[in-house]
Amino acid sequence: MKYFLQRIGFYVFTAWAAITLNFFIPRMVPGDPVQSLIAKYKGQLSTDAMQSLYILFGLDKHKSMWAEYVDYWKQIFHGDLGLSFTFFPAPVSQVISQALPWTLLLVGVTTIISFFLGTSLGVLAGWRRGSWTDGLLPVTTFFSSVPYFWLGIIAIYLLAGPDSFFPSSGGFDSGLVPAWDQYFIPSAIQHSLLPALTILISSVSGWILSMRNMMVTVASEDYITVAHAKGLSERRVALSYAARNALLPNVSGFALSLGFIVGGTLLVEIVFSYPGLGFTLLQALGARDYPLMQGIFLIITIAVLVANLLADIAYLLLDPRTRKDG
Amino acid sequence: MTIPTSSIEQVIPGQGAMAQPSAEPAKTAKAKRQRFLFVRNGKAATGLIVFGLYVLFAIIGPWIAPYDPSGRSNDLVQGPSAAHWFGTTHLGQDIFSQILVGTRSVMYVGFLAGLIATTLSVLIGVTAGYLGGKTDDSLSALTNVILVIPAIPLMIIITSVLNNASDTLIAVVIGLTSWSWNARVLRAQTLSLRRRDFVEASRASGETTWRIIVFELMPNLTAVIASGLVGTVIYAVLSEITLAFIGITSNDGWNWGTILFWAQGQQALGQHAWWWFVPAGLAIACLGTALSLINFGIDEFVSPRLRSAGKTKLKTASGHTVRMRIGFTPVLENSAATPVMREAK
Amino acid sequence: MAEPVLEIRNLNVDYGLGDRAVHAVRDVSLTLHKGEVLGLAGESGSGKSTLAYGLTRLLAPPGVITGGQVIYHPALGDPYDVLALSDNGLRAWRWAETAIVFQGAMNSLNPVHKISTQLMDVLKAHEPSMSAHSRAARAREMLKLVGISADRMDAYPHQLSGGMRQRVMIGMALILQPQVVIMDEPTTALDVVMQRQILGQLIELRERLGFSVIFITHDLSLLVEFSNRIAIMYGGRIVEEAPANTIYRDALHPYSKGLLSSFPALRGPRRELAGIPGSPPDLAGMPAGCSFHPRCPKAFEPCDSAIPVLGRPDTPDGASRSVACWLHPAEQPVG
Repeated sequence: MKYFLQRIGFYVFTAWAAITLNFFIPRMVPGDPVQSLIAKYKGQLSTDAMQSLYILFGLDKHKSMWAEYVDYWKQIFHGDLGLSFTFFPAPVSQVISQALPWTLLLVGVTTIISFFLGTSLGVLAGWRRGSWTDGLLPVTTFFSSVPYFWLGIIAIYLLAGPDSFFPSSGGFDSGLVPAWDQYFIPSAIQHSLLPALTILISSVSGWILSMRNMMVTVASEDYITVAHAKGLSERRVALSYAARNALLPNVSGFALSLGFIVGGTLLVEIVFSYPGLGFTLLQALGARDYPLMQGIFLIITIAVLVANLLADIAYLLLDPRTRKDG
Repeated sequence: MTIPTSSIEQVIPGQGAMAQPSAEPAKTAKAKRQRFLFVRNGKAATGLIVFGLYVLFAIIGPWIAPYDPSGRSNDLVQGPSAAHWFGTTHLGQDIFSQILVGTRSVMYVGFLAGLIATTLSVLIGVTAGYLGGKTDDSLSALTNVILVIPAIPLMIIITSVLNNASDTLIAVVIGLTSWSWNARVLRAQTLSLRRRDFVEASRASGETTWRIIVFELMPNLTAVIASGLVGTVIYAVLSEITLAFIGITSNDGWNWGTILFWAQGQQALGQHAWWWFVPAGLAIACLGTALSLINFGIDEFVSPRLRSAGKTKLKTASGHTVRMRIGFTPVLENSAATPVMREAK
Repeated sequence: MAEPVLEIRNLNVDYGLGDRAVHAVRDVSLTLHKGEVLGLAGESGSGKSTLAYGLTRLLAPPGVITGGQVIYHPALGDPYDVLALSDNGLRAWRWAETAIVFQGAMNSLNPVHKISTQLMDVLKAHEPSMSAHSRAARAREMLKLVGISADRMDAYPHQLSGGMRQRVMIGMALILQPQVVIMDEPTTALDVVMQRQILGQLIELRERLGFSVIFITHDLSLLVEFSNRIAIMYGGRIVEEAPANTIYRDALHPYSKGLLSSFPALRGPRRELAGIPGSPPDLAGMPAGCSFHPRCPKAFEPCDSAIPVLGRPDTPDGASRSVACWLHPAEQPVG
């Protein structure tokens, strides 16, 4: 339990650090970015939006930095992330809440499938070393060196198109309205297949490789020799003794790599014009929509922290050594 | 993005006292030769050769490029030909020249960011691991915070508020956000080294802390640091290209990400202009693979168990084929070589 | 002398293949009899552990068995060669007929499973018809046998001390009532008091249950105390084999004498302590002739050219011992 509380404390601390970073980054910008933005939007910005921009960039001359910081926190606790320029006058929180489910489903489900698939293949490759599975290594190495988004482009080029089963962009057919019905859901699934496949192919190799290496390392542990000496079945030695132990570092690796993986998957959304956070981030970037960019960064960070927490709970359940002696 | 593939951290700490006897004495005799074994490792050698080619093109690329990469011509969106090996863009620019010229920016950012991140990771990781206590607690917390905050969105936020980021600035931002993984690995390594006899001995004999770190610890961390540097270079290259692909790049130069940015923006896919995006992607993949191979070489050098098993199929005296595997030692010949005499007791 | 239970005949074990192979065990023949404790001593690198792992085929790659036989005499039925068993045959033989207590007490247990699970999965594999209830009862019984209270059944390895873990391992080794128990440096990781306590307990169990023991250690003093016969290995070969008392009082091979004089006498008159000069041979580059000759104080003319065979020495008690040394050329070669 103590371990668990420590981890929670750490995540709260990290969330605080991310929010604080978010507060300070716009304040590092030289000059008066708000003026240039106002000029760019040529009077389309309301006074409300301008006011929130001044707060965001810390150019509200009447307040101390500390007072601004306190205000910023108050805003965040009210779920107020400012107004978006791109989707003006929609609040950032509303834009994000529309995009978030798409990303959560696509990235979440694919990452979990990728982890389990890669780990299983890694168990095979590590256990049957010297068999055909060693041939997987060069292939996986190549795929882990390719940017996710490039693989997405190739996937579209090879598999998608007007006549193909796979749509090349979007999250659903343009004629449909998002709803939980028999028209929308199949269309959404169909649109997510190719992006999901792209993410799967690019991320699975990392899991195969790390699990394979852990299996090889664990296979020479004493308790594996003991398991063989006990005359246990090959299956039992491989799974219950070797893989069960090799899994532990892979689970903590899973938590730590999430930040890396999420970065890559956002780019896949961009290539597929998939209506999730990554694609929204690209739109925000093009329009220099700072409130939206920062909101997205915050939400992604918090989502990664929550996923980390879940991985920690899984680790806690898997490794008796982290549990309190009973 | 790729997840870090180096497994050194997971491999070294906490090895059990291997009950399995090994050919220990043979090892010492080979220790001297082992130093050169790294280069003889097939994977590492291949990686180094390919990587060397990239370095060469980074240096001479802009000189040998047949065209000005930004120079327009009337050959719009042409496929590969003798005049344009990799075809042309929507403005008639030569893609082969863009790739050649872009190599320098990619290698420069990769290396600068790699060096910055490696320096930071050594400073923070080794200090945390060696000093321990409160220093370790706060440095580890810092490391872990940076580690879990998603790096690409953070880079996007930072670089987007900086107008007109130069290559150097982008490298600095990448370097500042990507040191944490290696710092973690180095901290774990330093912790395990600190408990070894030779470090304890120098501490007992009153060596200064920095002397111990520089002369006792660092030589033993070389492989880990090198593997971390290579890993960060891959990561930095991918990050730079990712940023360029979504439009965050220096205005003045080309890199492979910029090519992909234009290809995506100008509907290269819709025009079936595969030559526009395939070469840049392959260039990245080959560089990444070469660097990964170097890292496998280092990993296997440090922990020989990871080596691909090499020859694992054996022929027995009776002509059967058996495989070397843990738990079932192969029996090559199963007969008493000399006639057995029963002990007459 | 009792019936043989395990006969090792001309066993050869290499590390690696072809020209670069290191011959770790050469032409070793050794017989374990019913109910006896056979000690196997030697410096590290002498091949004693390799011998134990080789005969059970547990040696990790690049270890290969390049020749020989390991004849096992089951309690009922005809003797058979362990090295010729199929994978499934070997699995069934392991632990049921020959169990092993390994060196690393700390790492021999799977850290993620309860000790009850690890005790019972042996039963599950070898006696599938046994009910879950009787498996648990048997596991509890074994823990009691080695002096661990049954409420530790659900403990994880990290919750037990080093001594307790090794007791668990001994209990696990005896759970199928094997005829042979191989102990590879079973107590080196433990303190001296714990060492003697556990070994004493094991010898007592052996008298009660009647299994035979191959006891491998570099600590000759332990062997003199706890074993019936002692075989001494050097450079992958057995250089001397005799009853424990005989070795202690009257070792013939200069290497055995060297080993004996490197620890203080347990009882009786004090001896001068002296180590053996030099270091164990490099298995990859063995000297010609007797591999001990470069370190041997008594080396003479034939030693550096011809390998002495293991055989009965020309002494009054020669019938019960054997030695491989040119000082005591074999009357009658053995094995």
